[in-house]
Amino acid sequence: MIAGISIYEILTVTSILFFIGVYGFITRKNLISILMSVELILNASVINFVVINKYLYPDILQGVYFSIFIIAVAAAETALAVSIIINLYRQIASVEVKDTEIMKY
Amino acid sequence: MEQIIFYILALIMIVFAIASVTSKKMLRSVIYLLFTLCGIAGIYFLIDYNFLAAIQLTVYAGGIIVLIIFSVVLVHHIEMELTLAKRSKQILTGLACLIGLGIFLTTIYGHQFNVVENSVTTTTEDIGYGLLSYETGGFILPFEVISVLLLASMIGAIVIAKGKKLTDKNDTTL
Repeated sequence: MIAGISIYEILTVTSILFFIGVYGFITRKNLISILMSVELILNASVINFVVINKYLYPDILQGVYFSIFIIAVAAAETALAVSIIINLYRQIASVEVKDTEIMKY
Repeated sequence: MEQIIFYILALIMIVFAIASVTSKKMLRSVIYLLFTLCGIAGIYFLIDYNFLAAIQLTVYAGGIIVLIIFSVVLVHHIEMELTLAKRSKQILTGLACLIGLGIFLTTIYGHQFNVVENSVTTTTEDIGYGLLSYETGGFILPFEVISVLLLASMIGAIVIAKGKKLTDKNDTTL
């Protein structure tokens, strides 16, 4: 654990990061920007897993395993989302949310 | 000393995260996100999880940011400006997020955590043994499942990004 830093301060920082991500998710109008906001949200939750493991249960490593799995799923999700966005751009020449109305092309 | 480093990292993370979700230039907002991710890796270094910090730097800063930059350059001009949401919507969303943050913080500060004082350093060896152990509490099954998931999503990404040509060919053969 970090000397002189309590768990409350780290959880405060991650909560702020999480809500910045939520703000970006709602206000952005572009698919790639929305993807980036999702990355912010995921990262905030990963820090929470690690910090709670380290501060409250230092003898076990469950939080680390879960954070590794979250990072793997986030990488897979980003790869798929980027490929979908590129395919969408080929078909309708735009990645704005307002142009993405139909699911079947 | 560690306290000062933590506060600097927290400041960097929050400032660049805000810049990332409010910047009008697309590529700049991706670079701001990169700084935020590096700050998170710094937190992992501070808390003595070196393996996770290395993963964060390679997967996020090395992989995902490059992927997003590629997609930005493929679908945009670099200098393209984003359309922002209406001012009223921005204020409303910011207000809702502040209320949510307030609820989170009151809950966190109202809860008594049983903090265990320790200075355990987690080695990569421990993580490897835990991930591959098949005894009680081992993570061998999720590990295998996540590898299959990664393979499936990579194949899916290739098929989707390849697009029309593949499906046309399939249609004529059917």
